[in-house]
Amino acid sequence: MAKLIQTEEETLLSEAAHGFLSKSAPVSRLREMRDAGKRNDPELWQEMAAAGWAGVLVPETAEGSDMGHAAAHVLARELGRNLTVSPFLSTAVMAATLLRQFSDEATIAKLKQIAEGAITYAMAIDENAKFSQERVELTAEKRGNGYILNGKKRFVVDGCEADRILVLANSNEGLCLFDLTNKSKGMTQETLAMIDSRDAADLIFDDVEVSGESLLGEVGAGYELLKPALEAGQAALAAETTGLAEAAFALTTDYLKERKQFGITIGSFQALQHRAAHLWCEIELTHSAVLNAGRILDESPEQATLAVSVAKARATDTAQKSVQEGVQMHGGIGMTDAFDMGFYMKRARVAAEWLGDYGYHAGQVAQLRGF
Amino acid sequence: MGEVDAGQDHAEFRRDVREWLEENCPPEMRDGAAGEDSICWGGSSWTFTCTAQKDWLERCVERGFTVPTWPKAYGGAGLNRDEDKILKQEMQAIGARSPLDSFGIWMLGPALLKFGSEEQKLHFLPPIARGEIRWCQGYSEPGAGSDLAGVQTHAADQGDTWLVNGQKIWTSYADRADWIFALLRTDREAKKHLGISFVLMDMRSPGITTRPIQLISGASPFCETFFENVEVPKTQVVGTINRGWDVAKYLLTHEREMISNGGNVMGSGRALGAVLSDSDTGQSDPVLRGDAMRAEVDSLALEMTLERYKDQAEGGQGVGDASAMLKYMGTELNKQRLELVMAADGADALTWGETPASSWLRTKANSIEGGTSEVMLSIISRRILNLPG
Repeated sequence: MAKLIQTEEETLLSEAAHGFLSKSAPVSRLREMRDAGKRNDPELWQEMAAAGWAGVLVPETAEGSDMGHAAAHVLARELGRNLTVSPFLSTAVMAATLLRQFSDEATIAKLKQIAEGAITYAMAIDENAKFSQERVELTAEKRGNGYILNGKKRFVVDGCEADRILVLANSNEGLCLFDLTNKSKGMTQETLAMIDSRDAADLIFDDVEVSGESLLGEVGAGYELLKPALEAGQAALAAETTGLAEAAFALTTDYLKERKQFGITIGSFQALQHRAAHLWCEIELTHSAVLNAGRILDESPEQATLAVSVAKARATDTAQKSVQEGVQMHGGIGMTDAFDMGFYMKRARVAAEWLGDYGYHAGQVAQLRGF
Repeated sequence: MGEVDAGQDHAEFRRDVREWLEENCPPEMRDGAAGEDSICWGGSSWTFTCTAQKDWLERCVERGFTVPTWPKAYGGAGLNRDEDKILKQEMQAIGARSPLDSFGIWMLGPALLKFGSEEQKLHFLPPIARGEIRWCQGYSEPGAGSDLAGVQTHAADQGDTWLVNGQKIWTSYADRADWIFALLRTDREAKKHLGISFVLMDMRSPGITTRPIQLISGASPFCETFFENVEVPKTQVVGTINRGWDVAKYLLTHEREMISNGGNVMGSGRALGAVLSDSDTGQSDPVLRGDAMRAEVDSLALEMTLERYKDQAEGGQGVGDASAMLKYMGTELNKQRLELVMAADGADALTWGETPASSWLRTKANSIEGGTSEVMLSIISRRILNLPG
């Protein structure tokens, strides 16, 4: 396996991403968007596409930059540090990983549009309050050459603004994946007022007629097709969440060095020093798990489940510790909306649930480790 | 096999090593054993467990393979990092035991290589490489535990010699060691870090006595060591007089890496999954299962971190102060794992003998020896996070 240290290319990519995002899309940008009631930033996405980010997992045959999963994680980590709002995970990571399993002309054209930033995707998988790709009740009923979809998808991230939707449905002959436009007749988007101020929706399918061409692959192959995309998304989300944890931790250590009480900086109190030091250790371990997942996804993706679940479980846990300790060690100011820690906390909670929470991924680990 | 030059082709080196191992590693030494019972510690009082252990040591000594990366003049094979890695890979491939392990190799050797005089290196390193001299470490004292720089064992200046009086504690295997490397107070007036010297002493010197300490696990890996008017030649100071703290700190980094890398951390018998599947409690207790799942996730992430740090070290970036993190997280996790194993086995674990009981008790020392968890957190806080104080 390639080494668990950043390559020179990855370091350059990370520096470039840091330079760009800290200027164009820092946390203050999310605050502005929230205050203006905006959930997406199409101009920013165009710039990211121009830099090759939208095509990070699009093959070169479809004019992508095809930099791989580890590179996608470098970008996701910077997006997490800055709490940047973008369709990166849904579109550039999950939809691209899913669609690149096909090499027909129509799919290549879509991948090309993803890389160009011309279309965005959302993944419609969950139907309950907890992530599960197995409990699918949305039905796909064969009619003529096409299908009729009925049911409801919940917590569809980017579900309002995405141009296209990848929907997991249950036919009589097993799970199926459909690729359709988000404006399909019979579909309703119920906008969710999310705590992290980002785009998510419940999607209602009421006799939605779709053509036979919108079915991806074979009937019954839905889960197999979805698996690599989900794992890519889970790992990239772990990278994003690790970046979030690091940024929240940096805010906290800066504050420990500057805030004075009892006439001295509070960072000289051992009670706080040891909590901060412990948190740093947690972040180190999580960072290793994310690096490992990236390497395995690039080298042997069919064996990545354990690595991905360790990364997602660790990142979920570490980010939540980082924001909770962050608020507590900041004291009163940590509770105010004027301070950024709250934005990190809310995003950490949403990221914890999306694509499987700690319990889901620890369960995967336990199963693979013979529990 | 010819001289090993840094520029030699690696494929050729690998082939030579493989052939040499094939010819020289006795079958009994290929069982992959790495536990406390299979270690060859060496030293003048060492009894080999079998002739194969003795043969294996002697053959490795001849090739410099007990300390492959040390220069040949000091008993090593002069291997570079890549060659050393190849040797380890090839040994692992046939399940070869380590021919010799000792505090001389892990701790004193690196300190002597960095701080020792040429005479000291030539005098002390080869017997370590040959497994003839077993070393112990005289650091802690009854009044200087976490506050190690507070050592009071005194070395009075007598011209060409020191006169040493005082007591050390937690000296690992002092009762079986030939020599000791110790921190002694050589200047009582200076600030505490600046009045310490790093001194080597023959354990047979008149005035040195040891007394084993029985631990809660029943074992006695540690001793009290007493010094009463012990005469030590001044040539046995390593580095500059009164600057022994620099040597001590360097050596502690090696010790922490050793503890976090070694069996103390990861190798506590059966994997948690197997423990839970084998026990009724493990199957039926959802709280225990949940705790074990969490420990498993953390263990895997720690393994990945060890791997990452090794990759960093190979790339020339030292682990440095982050060794405190490995030591802290590794030992805390190990304690937690053994708690889970005890709980899974229930009443079956409550007797001495073939149970996890003594390992469980032994792990309690892991987060104390080599610097407590709290000292590790303070190191991280000061040196990595740059927090004040």
